[in-house]
Amino acid sequence: MTTLSEDEVRDLLARLLAEIAPEVDLADADQDGQLQEELGLDSMDFLNLMIGIHRETGIEVPERDYPALSSVDGALRYLTARSGPGSVAGTGEPG
Amino acid sequence: MRPGTGGTPAAEVWRRAREAMDGLPAGGLNIAHEAVDRHLGTEREDRTAIRWRGRSGGREDLTYHDLAELTARFANVLEGLGVERGDAVFSLSGRVPLLYVSALGTLKHRAVFSPLFAAFGPDPVRTRVRLGRGRVLVTTQAQYRRKVADLVGDLPTLEHVLLVDVDREAAPRGTQSLPALLEEASSRYRIGPTAPEDRALLHFTSGTTGTPKGAIHVHEAVVAHHATGRSALDLHDGDVFWCTADPGWVTGTSYGIVSPLTHGATLVVDEGELDAERWFSILRDERVAVWYTAPTAVRMLMRAGADVLPRGPLEDLRFVASVGEPLHAEAVTWGSDALGTPIHDNWWQTETGGIMIANAPGQEIRPGSMGRPLPGVEAVVLAVDEDGAIRRDATGEPEVCAPDRTGELALRAGWPSMFRGYLDQEDRYQRCFVGGWYRSGDLVRQDADGYLWFVGRGDDVIKSAGHLIGPFEVERVLLEHPAVVEAGVIGVPDPVAGEVVKAFVSLAAGRAPDDALRRELLGHARSRLGPAVAPRTIAFDQDLPKTRSGKIMRRLLGEPEALERPDPHPATDGGPP
Repeated sequence: MTTLSEDEVRDLLARLLAEIAPEVDLADADQDGQLQEELGLDSMDFLNLMIGIHRETGIEVPERDYPALSSVDGALRYLTARSGPGSVAGTGEPG
Repeated sequence: MRPGTGGTPAAEVWRRAREAMDGLPAGGLNIAHEAVDRHLGTEREDRTAIRWRGRSGGREDLTYHDLAELTARFANVLEGLGVERGDAVFSLSGRVPLLYVSALGTLKHRAVFSPLFAAFGPDPVRTRVRLGRGRVLVTTQAQYRRKVADLVGDLPTLEHVLLVDVDREAAPRGTQSLPALLEEASSRYRIGPTAPEDRALLHFTSGTTGTPKGAIHVHEAVVAHHATGRSALDLHDGDVFWCTADPGWVTGTSYGIVSPLTHGATLVVDEGELDAERWFSILRDERVAVWYTAPTAVRMLMRAGADVLPRGPLEDLRFVASVGEPLHAEAVTWGSDALGTPIHDNWWQTETGGIMIANAPGQEIRPGSMGRPLPGVEAVVLAVDEDGAIRRDATGEPEVCAPDRTGELALRAGWPSMFRGYLDQEDRYQRCFVGGWYRSGDLVRQDADGYLWFVGRGDDVIKSAGHLIGPFEVERVLLEHPAVVEAGVIGVPDPVAGEVVKAFVSLAAGRAPDDALRRELLGHARSRLGPAVAPRTIAFDQDLPKTRSGKIMRRLLGEPEALERPDPHPATDGGPP
């Protein structure tokens, strides 16, 4: 898997959110705030976001890692690390 | 329809249940007294009533003593605002302690509490506050800013907006700080005379057509909240109890507030959304004894896999129940393996106010079945003909189905938590009853041992994540978009939510059915309705199946037959709209 840059992850999130919740703008969210709260997403939306990430990148986010993706910044950190060299998609271990 | 007073076994059950109530010192029955004030002066006064866990790690414990004082202050705030007996107080907030204080304080003041789900968009909020003639809205800064501020001019009855998370100086124009008001108010309040038939709660539920229905519940409902807390959930004095439902839905009020408090339980309240690891840690760390949750949550926990399961047994967990939609057999078994106790499915509705049918404590569980009627509940399966009308026997009485035949679940009217009306819709209320039976609208069959099995809804109402969604409310918002000329909305099967909302739309001439428009419509629906009600997917169809009279036939939407239907106007359908 190629390493994803922060910009690429941000683009990915924006693209997926445009499908799931087209009314939101990622740029409106406080980057450190709770993504669901900031953008008005419910649990199903969040689950669909995780499914979309898996579909697009092969990274399967295990449920216990969901809290790590609860903010935009957290999701950027997590997904860039998970896509990085030496990481194995689906292990649940960032980096 | 009024509660039965006859000498039947059911009436005897409820007579005894009424005796378990404390009653107001001056006579009468008030939910807030039974849930809170009756514990004052007993060993329960200093027990934790509400144990709150914040989304980001905060904690707050309120004892019964604290809760009595805070709800007294809230009642005094309402008094000071000129709110009168029977006036409607709405809430639109996540699960924070002041939401619970507002609910019980409203009941103390004998006003009517109407909770709204925080994931509702501005449209459902406006519709419900208007219908309910809300005078007060308790909400948060963020909810106010996003959904309410622009609506205020459109809500002529709404006089007071109280924000739970702002201090006096920071309250936006047109709002007040609830913490500041509470601080100034007296902590002593004497509950006025409350008749058991006085209105207490207003819960909105969705029908197939028209506006949402405001189901009215009265203070006497507490008799059933208390009794069924024991008979269906095995609640005992001092139990730690966690109901995962939001108070925006009836489960989160009847069992997320009232029932456990009447039993002197400690109520766990989690502000966060579903998160498997967090939930298992709450079950373990808070030493939950009785847990009431929903199939959607159970399915999400099952998906989470073994690596987030609690390490070691949940030693304090004694009883687990689920409600909202049928719990599939695998989930019942998963409970035994993962939680150490099977999951007991039960059934009830907004209109019933409390659990009616259950896989009850101490009885055999039939996985996949909703269980059997609780003591005090008389249930039958009534025969229905093809257009949904109840069949009559030779004497004109409703015809009861033989075992294992599918019909409509009906309950003998008269239990204490039965709804007493749909607000301003008496006809619609009367249509719920036939020959002394309340018609549930759910199709079921009953096996020879009395266990009931859910078959489907008798109407087009969508059941997503355990919540009812009226297709009309969604279609109306889609039709307001200039590109849409026709819309039909249905539920489609979903492995997690049971059903999710799917919309089929026909476009105005000149509009291309492309991805950009699909996203635009999805965004339009979500910003108006909120994620809990809006469609998850939208399909374009320029030839929606209709009856001869032009009504969209929702049950044919999305079916292969609908795509290749040879006759768009089958003779069996039709009639006036």
